[in-house]
Amino acid sequence: MIDLFEIFLTAGFWAATIRIACPLILGTIGELICERAGVLNLGIEGIMTVGAMSGWMWVYQGGDLWTGLVFAAFVGALFGLLHSLFTVYLGLSQHVSGIGITMLASSLSFFVFRMMLPSSTTPPKIVPFKPIHVPGLSDLPFFGEALFSHTPMTYLCFAIVPVVIYVLYRTPVGLAVRMAGESPMAIEAQGINVLTVRTGAVAAGSALMAVGGAYLTMSAFDAFYFGMINGRGWICVALVIFASWRPGKALLGALLFAGLDALQVRAQQVAGAFIPYQFFLMLPYVLSIAAMVIMARRARYPKALLVPFRRGERI
Amino acid sequence: MTALKIRGVTKSFGSLVANDNISLSLQKGEVLALLGENGAGKTTLMNILFGHYVADTGDIEVFGNPLPPGATDAAINAGVGMVHQHFTLADNLSVLENIILGTESLFAWKSNTDQARRKLQTLADDFGMQIEPDKWVGELSIGERQRVEIMKALYRDAKILILDEPTAVLTPQEVDHLFETLRSMVARGLSIIFISHKLHEILNISDRVNVLRRGKMVGEIETKKADRNRLAEMMVGREVKRPKVEHITAGAPVVELDNVVLPGAKGHRPVIDGLSLTIHQHEIIGLAGVAGNGQSALADLLSGLRTPASGTVGVAGDTLASFSPQAFINLGIGRIPEDRQEKGVVGDMTVWENLISENLRQAPLWRYRRLIDFHACRAFAKNLIEQFDVRCKSMEMPAKQLSGGNMQKLILARALQNNPRFILANQPVRGLDEGAIAAVHERLLVAKRNGAGILLVSEDLDELFALADRIAVIYHGKISQPISVNAVTVQDLGLMMAGDLAHGLTVQQGAAR
Amino acid sequence: MRLEPRESTSVWLVLAAPILAIGAALMLSSGLVLWTGESITAAYGALLKGAFGSRFAVAETLTRATPLMLTGLAAAVAFRAKFWNIGAEGQLYCGALAATYFGTGLITLHPLLMIPLLFVVGALAGGAALALPVYLKSKLKVDEVVTTLLLNFIILLFVNYLLEGPWRDPMSMGWPQAAPIIDEGVLPRIMAKSRLHLGLIIAVISAVLIWLTMRFTVWGYEIRAVGNNATAATFAGISVNGTVLRVALISGGLAGFAGVTEVAGLKGYLTLDLSPGFGYAGIAVAMLANLHPLGVIVSAIFLAGIYVGADSMSRAVNIPNYIADVLVAASVLCVLVSLMLTQYRVKWR
Repeated sequence: MIDLFEIFLTAGFWAATIRIACPLILGTIGELICERAGVLNLGIEGIMTVGAMSGWMWVYQGGDLWTGLVFAAFVGALFGLLHSLFTVYLGLSQHVSGIGITMLASSLSFFVFRMMLPSSTTPPKIVPFKPIHVPGLSDLPFFGEALFSHTPMTYLCFAIVPVVIYVLYRTPVGLAVRMAGESPMAIEAQGINVLTVRTGAVAAGSALMAVGGAYLTMSAFDAFYFGMINGRGWICVALVIFASWRPGKALLGALLFAGLDALQVRAQQVAGAFIPYQFFLMLPYVLSIAAMVIMARRARYPKALLVPFRRGERI
Repeated sequence: MTALKIRGVTKSFGSLVANDNISLSLQKGEVLALLGENGAGKTTLMNILFGHYVADTGDIEVFGNPLPPGATDAAINAGVGMVHQHFTLADNLSVLENIILGTESLFAWKSNTDQARRKLQTLADDFGMQIEPDKWVGELSIGERQRVEIMKALYRDAKILILDEPTAVLTPQEVDHLFETLRSMVARGLSIIFISHKLHEILNISDRVNVLRRGKMVGEIETKKADRNRLAEMMVGREVKRPKVEHITAGAPVVELDNVVLPGAKGHRPVIDGLSLTIHQHEIIGLAGVAGNGQSALADLLSGLRTPASGTVGVAGDTLASFSPQAFINLGIGRIPEDRQEKGVVGDMTVWENLISENLRQAPLWRYRRLIDFHACRAFAKNLIEQFDVRCKSMEMPAKQLSGGNMQKLILARALQNNPRFILANQPVRGLDEGAIAAVHERLLVAKRNGAGILLVSEDLDELFALADRIAVIYHGKISQPISVNAVTVQDLGLMMAGDLAHGLTVQQGAAR
Repeated sequence: MRLEPRESTSVWLVLAAPILAIGAALMLSSGLVLWTGESITAAYGALLKGAFGSRFAVAETLTRATPLMLTGLAAAVAFRAKFWNIGAEGQLYCGALAATYFGTGLITLHPLLMIPLLFVVGALAGGAALALPVYLKSKLKVDEVVTTLLLNFIILLFVNYLLEGPWRDPMSMGWPQAAPIIDEGVLPRIMAKSRLHLGLIIAVISAVLIWLTMRFTVWGYEIRAVGNNATAATFAGISVNGTVLRVALISGGLAGFAGVTEVAGLKGYLTLDLSPGFGYAGIAVAMLANLHPLGVIVSAIFLAGIYVGADSMSRAVNIPNYIADVLVAASVLCVLVSLMLTQYRVKWR
């Protein structure tokens, strides 16, 4: 027990928590935006994969890191548009279309990766984002390593949350997105096109998911490999429920989750002798289910989630 | 000055022609009533005007400028505002948010809520309407929600206001208040289109009446020159035989509710709060009340969908121990749900499959307790279709393709086929045309003659007065004593619906004297 | 653009729609083939030949189709009731675990008893894997999509633990695999000189039985009613929770069957790569079949053909075999759209 407690006192643990949280924050916020507009996006797993692949590939082909992020976001948005074509415009089942998007996005990622880089024994690498040295702060004991040893992309992930909160709650477009998930007819009656609002939200949310995937290949690691996302997308879907569709709570949820994940990696070293490592690896998934169970009763989900809106259909 | 001109509008949905070459005009400062039965095409026409639908042919001019088809924003900018019958509000957002949506450029950096708040207050003062901008719409009463809807239109400087069946959900006193507001709007130069099928309201508020029947414009008349009979004849166009109500002495109790409580959502008052009511054989009890006062919960209870937290429910003398739809079906309780599409039928299944749904799990429709006896089921369904005059191309067609009236007949057939001892009829004629209304009422009266006790839940006081023997009012989950229809007036009910349930006792004592 | 419901749909349209959709998916995917520099006819020709070009190829395709039929049925039954079971992959492994537990020497019976026993315990294990999601959905309204998905990962890690730990076969020379199924439990081959086994027949019989259940029984009626309109079904006296539980057990059981066929039919022992995503592919199978149990037979063979054909194509011409997954995903999305178009017609104003 004492060993376990000491983990919390190491700066490495907190730094790892922040690193693990980043893709989850972006994925969760992205999914949250889609669902706030009334569209469940189960394409998230595939969109994160395609984001991870395309951002990495851009840089591998000689592109710059920042434009690589933009490219990943662009590709993610494209798949978001495809999902909204099916679900928003054609009103198909959001569940099924989302699963289809995940299958398409992941298989295309793998295909493209294999086409451009025929298999080799050592995975090709890029030079990822480097930690930035903040004068003064980075040299602080403990806090320097825990909070100020990160890449610019890490800070970007955290900066996105307040921006999204501001846009959702303080601007007209945010109001339209929230209303699209609550009462599409109310938007329609105020002269705004529901389909456009929903499509925009899904595209924007998907772009964030893709950047979340790209974080893995461009900031946390330096290579792309298959099975990289490994259920992170699904965990984000659970975190949205845990967060009760609030971006602030989503950030907290992602951090809490990442903290437990970082803890489990370190606890393996402490307790790995008595408990097989697979049980530690199960923890994130078990915790996701537990999180949903805790919040399910209290969750106030968007009323029009999963409900297609067909313009001009007989009411 | 002509505010609005509609010329030659035709609109069809599949093979149904909802609007057939309709033209009308509206003058500035005028209240034009659009009269017609349910399904006559009034709402469709207004939805075309407001840009929800695109007409197949025809064009619209507002203040002399042509209105592009299918563009709600264009209609709003031209000065058209619409108060929809089913309010277009988001419950989980504030009043202010509901009103300012769409009034600012979507990509503004910030919502200017302070300015919006001021404008809203000025408007509210001008028209004598109270409004609380920071309340959640979900917390408002039906009447308050309607005021938000009207305010939405005024906020966008509407010069033409469409009100679609605005009185359907209000108490009589609230209706008076609404009419005052409308008059003050007209005095300020607004033009109003008032959609209704209630004749006395139209005679009260309008300057001119346009009558729609089966998608066609069948006549226009100045309200001054019109009277009830003339309007009724124009609206229905054929003689509809209203079923005759006969008074039969009530028999033994069939359903007895004693001090029943159904809890509400966490942190809210109970939806049914100590309700007692007895319904006898051979009687129809009408239940009046403003929507959202516990009618749905009471209907759910009497459909077997909910179990009371305390109190007892007795059926034919026995106190019920378990509550489930199947138990209620087995007890001989016929249930007509409020929402046909949502609770009444499984839309993608066939007509016959829907007719057997309550009887499938018993002989003779199943065999070996597992298999569907198709032959018996189809015969069972065929019999009901004939007996209840359900018009369908074939009993193999999906139930969702039935018209509203025929879907209701299907539900009626299923609920009444076994001569139930008690019938829960929740808004049984909502949205139906006169012919279908008469058919449904006829069936209920036959059931009453055969001995059934009936609870008729309705928001339409006219229907209650026409059909019920006694009327009770529900408010905040509590119920008044049922009062004989001969003793009570619309005004009395209005007071009770607004919360003064004790008023019922005064009325009753007055009648006794 | 808007969609208008069709008042009637011809049977031919319903039958032609998926075929046209798959044609469209092949056309869309040929863009990728062009990118590889190979000719489309050569590529698709190699694919077709690899899938159905020889007796051996057909046997391989049918072998691959066996688990796909079962997981496809699992998805089809569940989705019919709008129970979104995305966890067939995990349930498949549960079935395989049960078959391994009982089939590696714990009990020895005559094959006529042993094989049915393995299927029964496999189905029970597969169904049990859905107990938690069903409970959480019915009691706490926790969305089953996410719980079933996440359980896949948990179950797979558990299998991993067993195979690296207590269940590792000491004769496996260090490979993470369990002891082989005893001879009495191995499914007999049904075609000489091939790997095709009894599982195929069981899968086809399952499909027919599910179809009969859906069409002719009270259960089937209730499943369809709950899937189409749960509120109306409840009102008519159908127990939604009971129906969902029943559906879940059937669905999980079918996925468990798939685990048994792979362990006792194809591989002979439990490994970590027992299923290359059969559970997920089952969703595609069900969607291509429009959730029709008999359609699942055809679409499973189609999908298996794509996978087997793509493997041999990637050996013949220089195209990564991931093209198979792309083809499947594109087919699913195209079929979805085409089925919608059988219900609605597009109006451009």
